Amino acid sequence: MSVLSNMRPVDEREFARVLAEAAATGTPLEISGGGSKQSIGRPMQTSATVSAKAMRGITLYEPSEMVMSARAGTSLSQIESDLADHGQMLAFEPAELGPLMGGEPGQATIGGVFATNFSGARRVSIGAARDHLLGVRAINGRGEIFKSGGRVMKNVTGYDLCRGLSGSWGTLAVLSEVTFKVLPMPEDTATLVLLGLPDEFAVEALCSAMSSPFEVSGAVHLQAALAARLEHAGLSSQGKAVTALRVENFTKSVRYRTDRIKNLLKAYGDIHELDRDNSLLVWGELRRLSVLRGGEGPVWRISTAPAAGPKVVAAISAYMDCRAFYDWSGGLVWIEVLATTDAGAADVRRVIATHGGHTTLIHAAPEVRAAVEVFQPLEPGLERLSRKLKAAFDPAGILNPGRMYPGF
Amino acid sequence: MRFVIYHVGASGRESADDTQTPWGPTMPLALPEPDQVVMRQREAIVEDLRRLVAPGGIIGDEEGRRAYETDALTAYRRVPLAVALPTSTEEVSRLLRYCHANDIKVVARGAGTSLSGGALPAEDALVIAVSRMTRVLGIDTMNRTATVEVGITNLGISEAVKAQGFFYAPDPSSQLACTLAGNIGMNSGGAHCLKYGVTTNNVLGLKLVLMDGEVIDIGGRHLDAAGYDLMGLIVGSEGQLGIVTEATVRILRAPEGARPMLIGFNSSETAGRCVSAIIGAGIIPVAIEFMDKPAIQVCEAFAKAGYPTDAEALLIIEVEGSTEEIADLLNVIGGIAGRFAPSVLRISQSAEQSAAIWKGRKSAFGAIGRISDYYCMDGTIPLGKLGAVLVAISQICDKHGLKVANIFHAGDGNLHPLILYDANDEAEAERAEKAGEEILELCVTSGGCLTGEHGVGIEKRDLMRVQFTETDLAAQMRIKTVFDPKWLLNPAKVFPLDGRETALEAA
Repeated sequence: MSVLSNMRPVDEREFARVLAEAAATGTPLEISGGGSKQSIGRPMQTSATVSAKAMRGITLYEPSEMVMSARAGTSLSQIESDLADHGQMLAFEPAELGPLMGGEPGQATIGGVFATNFSGARRVSIGAARDHLLGVRAINGRGEIFKSGGRVMKNVTGYDLCRGLSGSWGTLAVLSEVTFKVLPMPEDTATLVLLGLPDEFAVEALCSAMSSPFEVSGAVHLQAALAARLEHAGLSSQGKAVTALRVENFTKSVRYRTDRIKNLLKAYGDIHELDRDNSLLVWGELRRLSVLRGGEGPVWRISTAPAAGPKVVAAISAYMDCRAFYDWSGGLVWIEVLATTDAGAADVRRVIATHGGHTTLIHAAPEVRAAVEVFQPLEPGLERLSRKLKAAFDPAGILNPGRMYPGF
Repeated sequence: MRFVIYHVGASGRESADDTQTPWGPTMPLALPEPDQVVMRQREAIVEDLRRLVAPGGIIGDEEGRRAYETDALTAYRRVPLAVALPTSTEEVSRLLRYCHANDIKVVARGAGTSLSGGALPAEDALVIAVSRMTRVLGIDTMNRTATVEVGITNLGISEAVKAQGFFYAPDPSSQLACTLAGNIGMNSGGAHCLKYGVTTNNVLGLKLVLMDGEVIDIGGRHLDAAGYDLMGLIVGSEGQLGIVTEATVRILRAPEGARPMLIGFNSSETAGRCVSAIIGAGIIPVAIEFMDKPAIQVCEAFAKAGYPTDAEALLIIEVEGSTEEIADLLNVIGGIAGRFAPSVLRISQSAEQSAAIWKGRKSAFGAIGRISDYYCMDGTIPLGKLGAVLVAISQICDKHGLKVANIFHAGDGNLHPLILYDANDEAEAERAEKAGEEILELCVTSGGCLTGEHGVGIEKRDLMRVQFTETDLAAQMRIKTVFDPKWLLNPAKVFPLDGRETALEAA
C-alpha cells in the first residue's frame, strides 16, 4: 500500500516518507495544519491533503528561559493555556483567522501560526511571529528532514532558515517542530479610547503615541461602520469611530504611562479609559477579527507605512465602497469591500503601488481567488529568486503548489 | 583611523596597518588555493575596474591593498586582488556584473571589525568595501524608520536620529566603528538585544545587489515584506548572497531614562541562578551582562567603573523608564538578588556613573587585549546550563594550561569566554585554538550553538558539522546557489570546503 494513503502522519519520519514518495511520483499535496486558514490563498489542484495535526505535543518548556518547543500540529489553544499557567504568553499575539473564515475558534496549530506569520496587535511594538521563532525542524519537498536555529535566544550559526520558512505557507517545507521565544504576561493592561476621529487624525494620534517613550503595545482605529460590530457593547453602542491605544506593564507604570499619553493626545478630544478586564475583552475580540465577521464582502489585508494607511484607504474609497480597520498604528489595514468578480483587485493593487507596501486578499469566494492574484504580485527580480528558492526546497513542486503564486 | 579594536594583543600586532611581519603561528584553517588565471591578470583587471567607478575608487597598489588584508580575526591575512570603494548602488552593480562575467570572487566589507574572519579577503578576490557609502537618505519619525546607506556606522544611525529623540536598537560593542553593512551581514546583536532584538528584528527594507549586478528592493517602510522572507535569509548570510547597499531600519523613541545596577556574587553559578530568577519573575531588563573575576579586574583597571574587584561574578543589569519606574524596578530586582546573597549591590547614582559602567563593559575586549592576546569565543547556551558550562569551560582551559576571562550577555545565554594566550608562543596559540573548539563543542552539546552574534566566518567554518547534519547544511547551501550560482561571493566562509557539491545542483 502506498504511504500516500496515510494523510495524517504521526511523526516527522512518517511525514518525510510521505513527501519522498510524493516527490518520486510527482504527486502535488495540500499541506494543512488545523485548517483555520485553509481558504486563504489561491485554490490549488492537489491530489491529496496531508495534515500535520497528528504531530503534536509540547516537547520543551523552560519558563525561566522564556522558551518553548512544540511539534507543529500542537494546537495554539493548548500552547497558550500551558503558557498562561506560568504567567507567560506568545507576545506577538497571533491573529486568529478561523472565525473570519467561517470556522470555529481555537483550531489553529502552532506550525500554521509560523508558516503564515500572521501576528496580532502587539506586532507593532514587539515583533512578528517570525521574530520570535528560534528554531525549526522541517521536511522539504525532497522528503529530507532538516533543522535550523535552535533553542537559544541568540544564534547566527549558518543561514537563518527560521525566518526563511516563516510566512512561506508550507510551499517550501513542512514545519515539524518549532521552538520559540515566549514572554511574561504583563501585570496590568489599560486602554485609552478616542471616539469619532476621522481616519487621518486617528492615525496621526496613534503614530504620535507610538513615537512616545511610553511603550504602547496596541494602536488601532476602527471606522464607525466596523466599530458598530464590536462585541463590546460599551464601544459599539457609541455609533462612532473608535481609536484605541493599549498600555501593558506593571500596574504603577500603566497608571503613569496612560496619564502621560492622555496628556500627549489631549488635543484630539476626550479620552476614555478601559480597565484591565474591559481591555482584555476588546483586544481579545480584535485578535479574533470580530469586526470583520458578518460582512458580506471580500476582505483585503494591507501592509503599508503607518502614516500612509489613511491615504491608501481614501484612495481605495474613491474606487469602491470600503470599510477599514487599522491596526499597527495605521500600518496594517483590513478592508472590507463590496463583492465583485475581482474584489476590486486592480484598483486596490494600483493604490498600493502608489503608496508602497503589499496586500493579500484574505477572504473571498474561490472563483474570485482563482481569478486574481491573492498574494502581492512580485517584482520580476524577486519573483525569479522566489521561484528558484521554491525549486531548491521542493524541486518536484509537490508542496502546496500554486497556493501563493501561479506556477510555484 | 584604525578599526581593528578587538583581538589586539600585548605582543603588539594590533593594527591593520602594521605591515612588518606576517602573523606568526601557522593557523590550521585551510583557505582555498587562489585562482592563478585571475591572479595573473591582476593588472588588467584593475585597469578594467577603474573604468567602472569614480576616480579614486579602486585601490590596486600593494601597500593600499595590504591595509585590507585582514579583519578583527587578525590571525589570518590575505592581500586581496584589489579593493573597490564604490560610492553608489550603481557602482556596486557594475563591479559585480564585471566580476560575475569574469569569474572573479568578491568579498564584501564594512569596517572590517569581524571577529570571525567574515571580511577576510582572498588573493584572487576583489574586496568591495562600502565605507564610502555613508549617507542618511531619510528619517521618518512618524513611521519610525530611517533609510541609510549601509556604510554608515551602527552608532552613526543613532546619532542621526538623536535630535528627534530616537535611536537604533542593536548595539554591538564595536558600534563606534562597525557598519550597518557588517551588522546586516552578521545579524549582529549587542548588550541591549534582550529587549530590542538583533539586526534581523530591526530591518524593514533592503536594497540588494545580486552577484550578476541585478538590483533588487525588498520590503520598505512597512512591516513584514511581501512573499518569501528573503530579507530574513539575507540578514546573517555573511555577504554570501549579495551586497546590500541601502537599508530601511526601525528606529525607536528613546526611553525617558535608563540606569544600570551592579550586583556582585561569590560564585558564577549563583549569578546565573539570579538571572533565571529575575526573568522567571516576569522582568525583562533591557540588558543583563555578566563578567567573572578576571574580567572584572581588568575592566575595572581600565575603566574605573566602580566594579567590585573582589567578587567572583558581576551582573550589570539595566532597566528603563521614568525616574520613579526605574527606582521601582531596580528595587524589585534588588529584592530578588537579595535571595542569592550578593556581595555587592549598587545602583548607579548619576549619568557619569552609568556611562563608566557601560564603558567598562563595552571596552572589555580592548581592556583585556592590553594585558594579553586572547581568543574570543561566542557560543550561546541555554541559561539553565550556565553554572555547569562555566565550570566545564574553566576545566577545558586548565587542561590546556590557559587562563580564561568570561564576559557575556547573560539574559540570552550568549557567552564570550576570552582564552588568554601568548601569540608569540606557537604551541600556546594552537592550544588556545584547540580549547576554543572544545568550548564551542560544549556549547552545542549543552543545547546551544557555535555563534550567537559574531558569525561563522572562517573561524567556525570547519565546526559547522558539530551543530549541523549534511542535510541541514545542504538546505542552507542550496540557498547560496539560488542567489549566487557560481559561488563567487565570500566563498571561503561559513560552509566546510568539502561537501559543497550537493548544493550546486539547486540552481
